Amino acid sequence: MPPVTNLETHSHDVVVIGAGGAGLRAAIEAKAAGLSVGLVCKSLLGKAHTVMAEGGVAAALGNVADADSWQVHFRDTMAGGKYLNNARMAQLHAMEAPARVNELERWGAVFDRTPDGRILQRPFGGHSHARLAHVGDRTGLEMIRTLQDRAVAAGIDVYMEATITRLITGRAGATAAFGYWRATGSPILFRAKAIVLATGGIGKAYEVTSNSWEYSGDGHALAYEAGAELIDMEFVQFHPTGMVWPPGVRGLLVTEAVRGEGGILRNKDGERFMWKYLPDERRGEYAATDEEATRWVTALSEGRRTDARRPPELSTRDNVARAIYTEVKEGRGTPHGGVYLDISYLPPEHVRRKLPSMYEQFKELADVDITKGPMEVGPTTHYVMGGIRVEPDSGATTVPGLFAAGECAGGMHGANRLGGNSLSDLLVFGARAGAGATSHAINQPSGEAGFPHVDPVNVREATRELAAPLERVSGDDPYAIQRDLQATMQSLVGIFRVQADLDEALTQLAALRERGQRVQVAGGRSFNPGWDLAFELRNLITVSEAIARSARQRTESRGAHSRLDHPETDDARWGGLNSVVARAEDGTMAVSTSSLPTVPDELRALLGTAH
Amino acid sequence: MTTIRTPWKPPGTARTGLFATNRRDRWWIAPGVQGILFTTLAGYLFFSGIVWTPLFGTAYEVDGYLSPLFSPLIAPGWLPAFISPGLLILWIPLGFRATCYYYRKAYYRFYFADPPGCAVGEPTIHKRYAMESRLPFILQNFHRFFLYLAFVPLFFLWVDAVGSLFPEGRVRLGLGSVIFFVNVVLLMGFSMSCNSLRHLAGGRLDCFSCTRRERAQHSVWQRLTALNRHHMAWAWVSFISVSLADVYVRLLALGVITDPAIRF
Amino acid sequence: MDTAHLRVFRGEPNEPGRYEEFDVPVEEGMVVLDALHWVQGHAAPDLAVRWNCKAAKCGSCSAEVDGRPRLTCKTRLSDFDLDQPITVEPMRAFPLIRDLVTDVSWNYAVNATIEPFKPPDDVPQSEWRWQQEDIERVQEYRKCIECFLCQDVCHVLRNHETERPFMGPRFLVRAAGLEMHPLDQADRREYLKDAGGIGYCNITKCCTEVCPEHIKITDNAIIPLKERVADEFYDPIQIVWRTLRGRRPGSAAGAELPVLPTGPGGTSDGGSS
Repeated sequence: MPPVTNLETHSHDVVVIGAGGAGLRAAIEAKAAGLSVGLVCKSLLGKAHTVMAEGGVAAALGNVADADSWQVHFRDTMAGGKYLNNARMAQLHAMEAPARVNELERWGAVFDRTPDGRILQRPFGGHSHARLAHVGDRTGLEMIRTLQDRAVAAGIDVYMEATITRLITGRAGATAAFGYWRATGSPILFRAKAIVLATGGIGKAYEVTSNSWEYSGDGHALAYEAGAELIDMEFVQFHPTGMVWPPGVRGLLVTEAVRGEGGILRNKDGERFMWKYLPDERRGEYAATDEEATRWVTALSEGRRTDARRPPELSTRDNVARAIYTEVKEGRGTPHGGVYLDISYLPPEHVRRKLPSMYEQFKELADVDITKGPMEVGPTTHYVMGGIRVEPDSGATTVPGLFAAGECAGGMHGANRLGGNSLSDLLVFGARAGAGATSHAINQPSGEAGFPHVDPVNVREATRELAAPLERVSGDDPYAIQRDLQATMQSLVGIFRVQADLDEALTQLAALRERGQRVQVAGGRSFNPGWDLAFELRNLITVSEAIARSARQRTESRGAHSRLDHPETDDARWGGLNSVVARAEDGTMAVSTSSLPTVPDELRALLGTAH
Repeated sequence: MTTIRTPWKPPGTARTGLFATNRRDRWWIAPGVQGILFTTLAGYLFFSGIVWTPLFGTAYEVDGYLSPLFSPLIAPGWLPAFISPGLLILWIPLGFRATCYYYRKAYYRFYFADPPGCAVGEPTIHKRYAMESRLPFILQNFHRFFLYLAFVPLFFLWVDAVGSLFPEGRVRLGLGSVIFFVNVVLLMGFSMSCNSLRHLAGGRLDCFSCTRRERAQHSVWQRLTALNRHHMAWAWVSFISVSLADVYVRLLALGVITDPAIRF
Repeated sequence: MDTAHLRVFRGEPNEPGRYEEFDVPVEEGMVVLDALHWVQGHAAPDLAVRWNCKAAKCGSCSAEVDGRPRLTCKTRLSDFDLDQPITVEPMRAFPLIRDLVTDVSWNYAVNATIEPFKPPDDVPQSEWRWQQEDIERVQEYRKCIECFLCQDVCHVLRNHETERPFMGPRFLVRAAGLEMHPLDQADRREYLKDAGGIGYCNITKCCTEVCPEHIKITDNAIIPLKERVADEFYDPIQIVWRTLRGRRPGSAAGAELPVLPTGPGGTSDGGSS
């Protein structure tokens, strides 16, 4: 029943916002429990950012390395996250990822095979064993298509190209999601007993990013506005290898699989610089010489086992990104401001088979044949480790009835995410948030009585807010604000941060928020990208402020967060502390800290003596 | 079996009318050239194989060279004079080519304008479109039977090519034999690159590695797939070679040229 | 700096469209989508363009550039003669929403009619084994990014009325990926022949020409499916043979299960032993 007359209203037991890997998996879970499920996405189905994931999905299947197990995966994840991960999440993730990957195969995914006919796994940065189930370098596409087909066959109601601009909350918590159809601009309301946010990341706050326009932090901001807490927002992963040339594709992802297959990083002098940047405490895990690294690559390409250790290029992403940034900054970069990544020493047909989309991408967009010469790469904004604080087991946020999974949820990856852990994160916690939402929904009375009351005042307010940018006769151009926002974040809240920059960023963000509130959009309601941007800007500015405030608070360097004025990791002061961002009573953004939950002894034992 | 209905596609905004397009490249060159070549060659083969003999006699065999259009030669006494022996044979290769997946593309484009080019408008006269879901074109599904039959004349062409080396029991290496061998190899390439053969030999399997037999079929399928990639090229070179072989025999028979040959 | 002259289609349903011209400064390596973004940011903020990844991986930014269906994120301006205007219009086979955006929801409705992957009931997943060579065909079809350019260019969908609907190349590709999956137990041939209308395809290969993923749609997906449909419905010899051997028409051709050595350390002899 519409709370406001003449407003298009849909009611579902569970409404999932976002149709990437996590959203689809959550929707499938809820549907399998027999609930009515609505899946709302702002693009077409199957276009979500998950398709951009290339390298693979990390799961300790042990098909290639017998020694692999969930315990090792757990340890790698925690070490990669600099022990800031929620240990329970890392544990669930490592334990359940194999089952989730097998489930995809049961639903029709076609992974590459080992010689004995099982799912093939490839090595990746930070993973002790070959662990990433993959399909060439288009694993994300395979995953989203499999989930999409499964969801459609299950009969989930999909609302494509519908943008959510507000969560409507009440005494019962989250009660409805309000938004509009992009095609017509007409408002739409989704009433639900439980809402799952699975909206992905925030990359569009930065100039150079591997993320698409959709990555505007919608879920982060919607949850924040609805009263949920955001944690660890200072941890933004800069992927070490994005394209740097031509200008139009700057930031476009070059998969870590290039390094996983043996890609070598060199500066303009031809020096293999990663040797210099290996952290001393993990140096023993990497090859000691060029020769050993080459033996490792040869064994890999021939499918043999080897006692050689992995090449230095397979260090964790935060480390490689800082290494490349430093090389370029110190004048050893390429003409276009990157470094060289070379895979051309391997046989051309092997490169084309293992990295087909990279081959195409460079050939068609940069006129570079990666089987003949090196690529030019540099760091690019890729992923936000921080996100909405959730219960590990159910994905429940601090707002009743509101759940979150995937990139928009925080805690799983700590201070730095390992490659391949995002796809498994989507599956494991997508399913868990779907189950969490399901049990929340079935605990409500069945039928109409179970739907929480939606306050018409809030809905009318959201409707007014929706129309406002179109009705202003003067104001700021959303594209201009976005350009300025990206410039601010890129230059002041980038890979390396200092207090003065972060203070300046906060000043600039306050000014941008002012301008954002006056944004004026030309044209009408039908498929108007400027209008879309007006709401995304609001979310981007909120998220940017959360990043800057958290980054300013954490006076140490850890994982993806590097403070030039505090270059050391300060375990005494900051170990085991998450940054927390929440909306204060007066509407301003409050930042604080909270301690990580105690790690149970049996997990602590897995982490070794240091932690 | 449940009936599954596919939804109707709502109409788009494509320009209608013959050749309506915003394309700026010369899209009409390829179908145009192919159309002219096809028409010329097909016209020639029709004339030479079917019309010539009743009108002008049997200048299709000379000196141990039998025109490939007439092989195997079947000319029983009861055959009326107005029917060329070529007619008894030619329907097989013509049927094979007419139902071939490559030629279908080519002639649908240039004879039927269906479509004349990619994203190029069609005449509005064929409003109700049925194509290969109705007679007559549903018969294209019998392509595989023409494939089976096509191996019969192909076999005899090999016999003819080898036989042309030994006219009257002596060895002769003539230009005609060279042409015959080239022709039969190209025709063989055309037949072996056939999409139906590729399917029947292995493509119909879902699992290539399950049994020893399937693994063997897989390796055959891989080779046929490699040939099939150039099916269009095989189609054209073999069409030209068979025409040239016929021209050569006819010119010999009419005494216009002589066959350069080494005799032993 | 060079300048590209863009002629961009603008319009909404039920009104005659118009072309608006924009002069766009050209940077090295620029693609048509970059030019459209420049137009949005500087000249026409409400220009409707559908796009997501700008990396040729999601298949959202399909349009017709100088009359040819292309992904605008992959179409480089350097491929054009910049003295001439470059015409950009929406995919013409689908109803217009606005400017360069069309309503492609019909495709999703077709997709929902295809029977999904059906694994065997009697083989536990732990025993599933297949080889890379078994799935190379399927992986080619699964490269599809659903840009719907093949649907746009297909003359059956673009230009014709048909008695029954035609599923179009994209969904023949999906069906091929399911039919040729080594473990799939479903039989979609009757569906392909009747509901899907595979007979409407007259293999003129425009879908293959426009595929940005270079899937050989016609040769590797549609023709093999036509042959499989012929096996079932148009091949009297096979029909008689099946009847004699007591297999009822319509039973799945792919019902045979892979039998490979299993268990830990088990290897396939893969023909190499």
